[in-house]
Formats: sequence, C-alpha cells, structure tokens
Amino acid sequence: MTPFSYARARDAADAVRLGASPQAKYLGGGTNLVDLMRETVERPTALVDVTGLSSAISESDDGGLLIGAATKNSAVAEHLAVRQRYPVLAQAILAGASAQIRNMATVGGNLLQRTRCTYFYDEDGSRCNKRAPGEGCDAIEGFNRIHAILGASSACVATHPSDMCVALAALDATVHLQGPGGQRSVPLTALHTLPGDRPDIETVLQPGELITAVALPPLAGAARSTYRKVRDRASYAFALISVAATLEVEDGAVKDVRLALGGVAPKPWRASKAEAALRGGPATERAFLAAAEAELADAAPLHGNGFKVELAKRTIGAVLSALAGGVA
Amino acid sequence: MPIRINGIEADLPPDPRVSLLDLLRETLHLHGTKKGCNQGACGACTVLVDGERILSCLALAVQYEGRDVTTIEGLSGEGGLHPLQQAFIAHDGLQCGYCTPGQICSALGLFAEVARGAPSAVTADLAAQTVTLSHDELRERMSGNLCRCGAHNGIVAAIAETYDAGRLARAQPSEAAA
Repeated sequence: MTPFSYARARDAADAVRLGASPQAKYLGGGTNLVDLMRETVERPTALVDVTGLSSAISESDDGGLLIGAATKNSAVAEHLAVRQRYPVLAQAILAGASAQIRNMATVGGNLLQRTRCTYFYDEDGSRCNKRAPGEGCDAIEGFNRIHAILGASSACVATHPSDMCVALAALDATVHLQGPGGQRSVPLTALHTLPGDRPDIETVLQPGELITAVALPPLAGAARSTYRKVRDRASYAFALISVAATLEVEDGAVKDVRLALGGVAPKPWRASKAEAALRGGPATERAFLAAAEAELADAAPLHGNGFKVELAKRTIGAVLSALAGGVA
Repeated sequence: MPIRINGIEADLPPDPRVSLLDLLRETLHLHGTKKGCNQGACGACTVLVDGERILSCLALAVQYEGRDVTTIEGLSGEGGLHPLQQAFIAHDGLQCGYCTPGQICSALGLFAEVARGAPSAVTADLAAQTVTLSHDELRERMSGNLCRCGAHNGIVAAIAETYDAGRLARAQPSEAAA
C-alpha cells in the first residue's frame, strides 16, 4: 500500500473541502478500496473518511425513502420500511457479500465499487485498459466466464459487481451528489457509464464530487418485487446473472414492470427493451420469455460466457413468472 | 481518543495504512485473530466492533477510533471458556483451528442479528420482525466464514446448540416470573 494521509470528515461540506486535493479518495467501509489499495491498483495520496456522514433512513416528502450514503448495507436491508415497501432492495443487499462485509460497507461505497475482473486486480501480470488506458485487455481473449455480454466494448468487458445497484436501477432510485460546484442529483441508471474507449471512467461523478444520499421514489408496485441471483455457490459469491424486478398485473395484463440485470454488463443494466415489450401486453410466461429475448438480442458473448445469454433469458422468465403467479 | 480492545485502551497506529488485524496481531500481540486471505474472502479475521461482526483485514485501524473491539481473547473469562468455545470442542467444530476464532466471533455477531430480527438471504418472509434460526438460516448467515478442513457440520452443530441453550436461559427467568 502506498502512503496516504487520513482525515475524518465532519459533514458533507467538510468532506468536499478535504476531498478537493488531487488524488484524494472518499473512504467508506473500505471493503473494496482498502483491498484495491493493498494490491496497489488504487493509489490515493489522501483518504477522506466519510463514514461519519448521514446514515439515516428517513421518509421523503414525496412518500419515498431517503437513505444517507454512509448507511451500512446491513442497516438498509434490516430497515423495516425497506423490507416492506422495497423488498427487492433488501433481497439484493442480502444476496451480496457476507454479513461481516455488509456490516462495514456503505451505500455510497457500494455504488462506487469496482469490477471484480481478475485481470483488473492482477497489476503485475495482466494488461487492463481500466487500470492503464491503452494498455490492452487480457480478458477478451482470456478467462472471461464472468464477464459482460451487454454494453461492453473492444477495450473492456468487465462487469459491475454490485447487487444493490441492480435493485436500485429497477426502482428508479436517484443519487444525490455534492461537490465543489454545489449539489445535484442523477438517476441511478445514469450514474455509471459504459466503457467505450475509456473504461477507466466509470461514473459521471466530477472530481471531488461526493455521493451524499440515495432517494427511493414512492412506488406502490415495489411492494411486489424480487431479486434473484444465480452464482457458482449458494452464498458469498458474485453474480453470474441477477435479476431485479417489480411487476404489476391487472386483468391478466402487465400494468407496470421494472426490470434490471446484474452480472451481464459494465453497469447495472436496466432492461428497457424487455419492459417496453411487456407493458400493456399479456402477463404470460411466453410473453416474459419473448421480452427476455428482445433484451438479449444485442448480447455479444465472449468465448467463455455464452451460457449467460440463455441463463439471463431463463432467469428473467422465471422471476417474472414467479411475480405474476404470486410467489414473490 | 484511543481504541479499546477487549476493554483495554490501546493507541492507534501513527501510520493509517495499518489494518485493525495488523494492529491486533503485530502491535498488541493478540494472535488469536487470524490472517487468512487478507482480502475479505475467508472470514478468519472476524472480530466484533461494538457487538457487530466485521472483517479486521479490510478495516483501517484509524477508522475505529473510540470503538470497542472484542477478539477471541476477550471471550473467555475467569469462569473459563465461553460456552460457544466449549461447544466447538464438544462438536469437533475444528481440525486445524485456524478459522475457529473468526467462526466464533462471527457466530456471536449472528446471535445478536437474529435476536433483533435481522433478515438473511434465505428468510422467507422479509417483512417478519422475528427470525427462527433454522439450519438453512444458520448456514447462510455463517457463509462468510470458510473452513478448509471441512468442519462445517460440527461448526453448525456447535452454534445451534449454543444458540438454543442461550434462548432457554433467557426464557427461564420470565417463565419463573410467570
């Protein structure tokens, strides 16, 4: 680990002031950043500890929930209003990592966690355009079973590893930011960027900008929502495929549907094409599978991950069928 | 403000790179907490901070200023081993023993989580405010602690027995009052 200075921020304004120095990074629970620093993939010269900032979960004026960015992942999943009104979010968080890690990891940190591509981690032995732009990507011709089938580029095929973000994408969450230029909000689905030829740029955050909160909109339909994660072992593993969904059915037709995928793309993947195919149509397994087909039509699998295309389709079909059938 | 380890105050390291795990092992010579993978994948370094289980390998010690850390060394008192430690011995919940301190601290964190009704990935009714610690719940909740010897069945048995004994002990006074 390269040397760095450490400072604890009193509030968001203090954090932004401290975070203004070049090469500074905000530190949440450290479950990803400390690991990457130990591997010298990340080399900040200053850490600004933001775990003392807001960790409150409060009712918003619009009937939604506002979650402070320093809230621990475990606290979000345990919160009764989240469990009752947004079960997909609690399930997604509980499907990720381990109890110990969820007790440490913050909401803000979860949003900004970096890929688990092994070539990204292997600084000594592998080329990686995310680590060193222009260097090349050893994953494209390498072991790419866990890599992306949607939204990737010829420069990078890494996936975003978060479960929580997949649920937030389906829920139309908004991310509140504070930076040297003031405050602003961005939709969760617009926070992360696709790699293109600059996979080192992963979000729309400006230098020194800090995530202060995540807002969940009021969504009556979200009470009927679920998260399903397919992985190599039953627990404590990253997703091969995951699906977050909410579904409202009225008189046999899809009144509203929200669908997001994890494990398939460089960002939490909102399945807009599948949603468009479903809205207003019949809530049948056949329609669910056809919608999945539409979403995956653009899939570009690598030599090691072709199975993800079929797995994604079937998981989407199974999740929507379960929601339609009352087995949430 | 220093950090408290098993009730005893200790100075924080001057270098912020020092992990809580290295502070425990290298500076304070508390070797009970183990360094397995040192990257958050095995759970051997699990300790309790203010009663919550965390991974000390991914924790920068400076972040835990003023907090109460409990390690395996803090569990046994003048009365001998903690009941969970005794149960691990009784149920052969270990072979080499390397993962054991982390398993035990993790299980104590689990007990607190279950007692307040925190759900897990296998909890059927997320909206329920109480949790029954079934076999599946116990295994899911302990999935962050790996045992390479394969003593998991003994580990689960030891934790289940200790949890049940604790519930009985808590239930008895109220029954007596009734």
